[in-house]
Amino acid sequence: MKVKVLVFASYAEALGRGELDVELPAGATVADCVAKVRKATGAGVPPAPLVAVNRRYARPEHTLSEGDEVALIPPIAGG
Amino acid sequence: MCPWLTHDPLDVAALLAEVSSEGCGATTVFLGTVRRSENDGDVVGIEYSSYDAMAEAELDGVLADARTRWPGVRIAMRHRLGYVATGEVSVAIAVAAPHRSAAFDACRFVIDQTKERVPVWKKERLAAGTERWVEPHGG
Repeated sequence: MKVKVLVFASYAEALGRGELDVELPAGATVADCVAKVRKATGAGVPPAPLVAVNRRYARPEHTLSEGDEVALIPPIAGG
Repeated sequence: MCPWLTHDPLDVAALLAEVSSEGCGATTVFLGTVRRSENDGDVVGIEYSSYDAMAEAELDGVLADARTRWPGVRIAMRHRLGYVATGEVSVAIAVAAPHRSAAFDACRFVIDQTKERVPVWKKERLAAGTERWVEPHGG
């Protein structure tokens, strides 16, 4: 299955882009997706970043589905 | 789409007008401004960016939580994106309530929750011309 990975701020800068498509086996989790992104792009993203799936915060063990929007979220600094 | 995020300068009077109500005897305003810290690189401005769709949704959630905890409060808020120079307002929150304790408490709740859960990032621009991402530090 394919998911769309969005990266922001310092992570986007490290990766040189804001989004990428990632191919994963059925039943893959958020943690699997992060590992695949790290493998594909080098160490621009930490091993356990904050992640949102379809715009809601998700835990590393959350199971992904085809077409999910997976966002890798650097430390938040609003205000 | 909700209007919590904007690239335009913030209009505090407009926020006050949004929450104004004859049933409310107390109104609080919180303004966050870009701060100059000369012992820390002399910040001249901050570039704000966000995961727009999720930030709007999280702000919806923050305001809904506040309205549940303090029934009857009226809340308006805006958070700026893009470049904000030192001294300018980056976030503004207005809360009106029948009585002052709810107005103060809900206002603090909204800014604290915003900093905790809304995906917004800051990149400081320094007088020397360099830039750096801001890590959260509770301020």
